[in-house]
Amino acid sequence: MAAMTREETEALIQEVLEVYPEKAKKDRAKHLAVNDTSLEKANKCITSNRKSLPGVMTIRGCAYAGSKGVVWGPIKDMIHISHGPVGCGQYSRAGRRNYYVGTTGINTFGTMNFTSDFKENDIVFGGDKKLAKIMNEIEQLFPLNKGISVQSECPIGLIGDDIEAVSKKASKEIGKPVVPVRCEGFRGVSQSLGHHIANDAIRDWVLENRDGDDSFPTTPYDVAVIGDYNIGGDAWASRTLLEEMGLRVVAQWSGDGTIAEIEKTPKVKLNLIHCYRSMNYIARHMEEKYSIPWIEYNFFGPTKIAESLRKIAALFDEKIQAGAERVIARYTAEYEAVIAKFKPRLEGKRVMLYIGGLRPRHVIGAYEDLGMEVVGTGYEFGHNDDYDRTIKEMGNATLLYDDVTGYEFEEFVKRVQPDLIGSGVKEKYIFQKMGVPFRQMHSWDYSGPYHGYDGFAIFARDMDMTINNPCWKNIKAPWKTETAQNEAVKAVA
Amino acid sequence: MAKLRQCAIYGKGGIGKSTTTQNLVAALAEQGHKVMIVGCDPKADSTRLILHAKAQNSIMQMASDAGSVEDLELEDVLKVGYKDIKCVESGGPEPGVGCAGRGVITAINFLEEEGAYTDDLDFVFYDVLGDVVCGGFAMPIRENKAQEIYIVCSGEMMAMYAANNIAKGIVKYANSGSVRLAGLICNSRQCAREDELIMELAARLGTTMIHFVPRDNVVQRAEIRRMTVIEYEPTAKQADEYRDLARKINENRNWVIPTPITMDELEDLLMEFGVMEEVDESIVGKTAAAEVAA
Repeated sequence: MAAMTREETEALIQEVLEVYPEKAKKDRAKHLAVNDTSLEKANKCITSNRKSLPGVMTIRGCAYAGSKGVVWGPIKDMIHISHGPVGCGQYSRAGRRNYYVGTTGINTFGTMNFTSDFKENDIVFGGDKKLAKIMNEIEQLFPLNKGISVQSECPIGLIGDDIEAVSKKASKEIGKPVVPVRCEGFRGVSQSLGHHIANDAIRDWVLENRDGDDSFPTTPYDVAVIGDYNIGGDAWASRTLLEEMGLRVVAQWSGDGTIAEIEKTPKVKLNLIHCYRSMNYIARHMEEKYSIPWIEYNFFGPTKIAESLRKIAALFDEKIQAGAERVIARYTAEYEAVIAKFKPRLEGKRVMLYIGGLRPRHVIGAYEDLGMEVVGTGYEFGHNDDYDRTIKEMGNATLLYDDVTGYEFEEFVKRVQPDLIGSGVKEKYIFQKMGVPFRQMHSWDYSGPYHGYDGFAIFARDMDMTINNPCWKNIKAPWKTETAQNEAVKAVA
Repeated sequence: MAKLRQCAIYGKGGIGKSTTTQNLVAALAEQGHKVMIVGCDPKADSTRLILHAKAQNSIMQMASDAGSVEDLELEDVLKVGYKDIKCVESGGPEPGVGCAGRGVITAINFLEEEGAYTDDLDFVFYDVLGDVVCGGFAMPIRENKAQEIYIVCSGEMMAMYAANNIAKGIVKYANSGSVRLAGLICNSRQCAREDELIMELAARLGTTMIHFVPRDNVVQRAEIRRMTVIEYEPTAKQADEYRDLARKINENRNWVIPTPITMDELEDLLMEFGVMEEVDESIVGKTAAAEVAA
């Protein structure tokens, strides 16, 4: 299907909005837009970070998901207590595929679920005593933990437990950081506020721990990777490039990261931000307080990788700049082979995305490297500054949809007829049943890494095996094909 | 057998809800009615005069000791006192922690599930914490719980403010369910023209003053012995006052959706009876120093 014109796309949005009642139509109209690459600011065309309408099957998560699931959870040598009833911790356990090195249950705890398992009694009488006891038990049972975080579930905020006091006391007793995080799920409109709250907790309870302590030997090439959660090994595939160009990665926030790395981050020379949405807050804080500059980069696909490596290198000396060129040159043959193999199979294929964090814009370049085109994209919980950064990445007159509803997404897909959809697990089976190839782009559909040159090879292979999978030719039941139906008619006759 | 009547007693903290309720219930029991008291206050002092106890073991406390509320049996929490009055305390946390409102909800759910509301009961009285601070303390007046609300008040300004506020709360639930305001009980503080004032307030709220309970030291004497007046000194004049109250409540069928009044109306009423002085708008927000300077 040919690309849609601006008028066609606008008409499609109007048509989809038609089914809503007046009030919902007015609200949703602000979240749907036709991309206009001439705009500098997204607020001219789209509204974001607003409350979802009830009944629209939003994909959004909650503040707890943003803090425990995204920011804190991957810090591997800490124990993160899901404080409240058991469900929040258990149903989010290990689902995000934040890979890490370590012996789980001994010195790392990433895939385990620690919870205070609230019952009626804990609600009525408060959970502070139980929390203190849990911290005690953690210290006895898992002595190699390097700290504890308390991830508040909804009831904690309702019954007014004083988790700050409990944490302070426990921290003194065990001599390790104990961080209370007020990420009750009912706060804010999506997981986005949870990211912010988690960033603030790091700022208030961890970041200053080594202020005035210069025992950590630094180099002029120290950087921190901020906002890479090592999904399927992403951070490893990124880190190796930075190290090869001569930089020293002091900290990974927070995929395969440790509390010690977080504490050392104020000593670095530059903060590298991959997921802007979830960690720009702490980068801005470090810029203000420690005068550490930060830049955003994009390690999806060779074009963006090379661009990013050069952008990062430009902030260092010639040695690093030469290093960046060396890295690009070293991998050129490798990624060219990937493109040579997969581009002919993927050229011209059209993609619709609907994801969270950085991906709705960051993966566009990787698709383009394979000759594909992203014709629609949107953020679950983005803010306007995310859309600002998206306008130029997308083609003119493509679709932008913020906090898209189940209905809108289905209707857009029916009309746009993309060759591939990248979204979440809730969307996956709906679109696969509609016969549209689908990749789950939150956890890379149990694959990855997708970052770096190594990740690009896997990304290209995954897209190919999804789109060109022979199953799509057999999606129609054999008795429902035209020939079968004609024969049936003949047989009856 | 008559249908079970469920009544909730509300009113400003310290007004004498628990004392009045227990004396009233004792009088009802004396008159041959089967009654249960459900204390809905973390302080758990709604049944002590009936049981001659310091504080009854509450549902929530026992649930906490046993592990969970599912581990409890009805006979563990239900105590029988003077004249076979059944007594239950919901209980809850010490001040400043947890969620007392959830304690009330959990306790009442437990009583319902365990079949505490037996057919032989004539009355259930809920003695509820002074301020309806959250949904938990409104639990007793939700659907299928108390249908009659009695507000204990006195001629003091704050008690009347509270009564009017409680009436506002009742309107909310009355419109969606069967709960009704059944009357004001004046627990006298010996203010001037107190009876007239409360009768007037009752009229404005669309209800009546059920009874004027005079102040009498025998109540305190009985309380020191952890007894109701009815039991401690059945011949006392005050005992007859509670018997009167009991009889009137038994006969009362005047259940209304209240018509709470505005703050201005209430203040006018208080000024009319001299409880409150007219506010001189010119002095509002002026410090003592500023007044001296002026």
